[in-house]
Amino acid sequence: MNLWNKLMCYSRRRSPWLFHLNGGSCNGCDIELIASLTPRYDAEQLGVRLEGSPRHADILCITGPITHNAVEAIKTVYGQVLGPKAVVAIGSCPATTNVFIDSRTLDGPLNKHLPVDVFVPGCPPRPDAIILGVAKAAEILALRAAKQWPDESVMVPILEPGEACACGDSASSTPSPESTPSEVQQ
Amino acid sequence: MNLTTALARLLIFPGLLFAVPAAWFFLWVERKAVALMQGRIGPPFMQPFYDFIKLLGKGTPPRSGIAGLLMRAWPVLAVSSAAGAVGLLPVLPASGGFEGDLILLLALLELPSMCIIAAGFSSRSIFGEIGSAREAVLSVSYNVVFLLAILSIAASQHTFRLEALAQIPPSSVPWLASLLHWLGILAVLICLPAKLHLNPFSLPNAEQEIYSGPMVEYAGPELAMWELSHGLEWVAATGLVATLAAPHVTAGWAAILIFVGLCFGIVLLLSVVASATARLAIDTTVRFYWQVTLIFAVLAISSALFMRFRS
Repeated sequence: MNLWNKLMCYSRRRSPWLFHLNGGSCNGCDIELIASLTPRYDAEQLGVRLEGSPRHADILCITGPITHNAVEAIKTVYGQVLGPKAVVAIGSCPATTNVFIDSRTLDGPLNKHLPVDVFVPGCPPRPDAIILGVAKAAEILALRAAKQWPDESVMVPILEPGEACACGDSASSTPSPESTPSEVQQ
Repeated sequence: MNLTTALARLLIFPGLLFAVPAAWFFLWVERKAVALMQGRIGPPFMQPFYDFIKLLGKGTPPRSGIAGLLMRAWPVLAVSSAAGAVGLLPVLPASGGFEGDLILLLALLELPSMCIIAAGFSSRSIFGEIGSAREAVLSVSYNVVFLLAILSIAASQHTFRLEALAQIPPSSVPWLASLLHWLGILAVLICLPAKLHLNPFSLPNAEQEIYSGPMVEYAGPELAMWELSHGLEWVAATGLVATLAAPHVTAGWAAILIFVGLCFGIVLLLSVVASATARLAIDTTVRFYWQVTLIFAVLAISSALFMRFRS
């Protein structure tokens, strides 16, 4: 990689702009996504910005179990986001359709329609887990643009309350599900 | 002003070589000040630079025909006019200039906002068109006070040279001259939030209501150009106030230091005001500029006329 590509890769990791899309969510995850931008969690430290237009965004954050009505909208918005891009499925609903499984109003889960890069499980997930997922998605996006990422999905571990996670921007700092809160804080 | 000094001012100081890093710095100061006011830590120092580089590496949607060509042209025109406006600022003492450069500066300061209006309409997006209409209404409102304030200073001093305006001139009525000068600076300062689309006058790019308005269809390098032109507008607009307010010094480095310090102070002031206020509706904004601030314009014009008749 030459210098320009290195700078581009680094900038892509440090500047994830989000577009938030509701695919029939109960609003629980949407509230947590907004909470991750509040003073307590302050995702802007990682350069995160919630954008109004999908044209400006790099990362598509999708919540909800994907209803029939939402499918076309999600596909349209995914097409409007310009590459390199990544998709984060926030909550258990887009991953598995959760408690709404076998409902006749649903056409989920999400990876039936779009390639999902990061799953953030939880009902709803904690804001720290969402920030971790976004940081991971930004890294995937940068590596994929540099053709260094095999196309595979990543799952963020479920974080317990008080398990404050230093949202590292590399995979090594991701805490494993088995690690205790004290280990993570160290 | 010969060709060499003109090129040096446009490309080195206070032009592109100084203005582009300054633009990124001011964009960071704005975001950081808002974050600190909200009790957050805020973005890292290099954030606007990372954003710019990342946007350069993104794709753009396919565009065809004249409308596509125009949509590509507007951000470039906005950046070049904002950079030209910065280059005209008389920061260094005795740096040249020409008769009428004030009029050119005012025109160049106005061009980015014209480009935003045109860009919103050529994007053919309903949100873009609403944003452009708001920008047009806003521009008609604040420009009355902005132009009258600056032109009244110019009229009282019988010159359209920026360098002459940057100093309070010797006059037969010195207290009136300096009063007029500071009144004009205050009026320009009140117009800056509207010019830079900051709260409480951030109507055209209201991201919660109209999806960032005229910029809604822009992506990638074109959006990077818009961000850069916004930053350069910051430098040009705060720089204009700074050059008007700066005390007259003869040493070049002192002039530069005072200029940068004053600009920084104005950026901080505007950001604090922006984070402490909420967005006003369009009718309230227009009423504010036409009713409340018109008193500045009337005062400025009448004292300018008074000074002309006295002298």
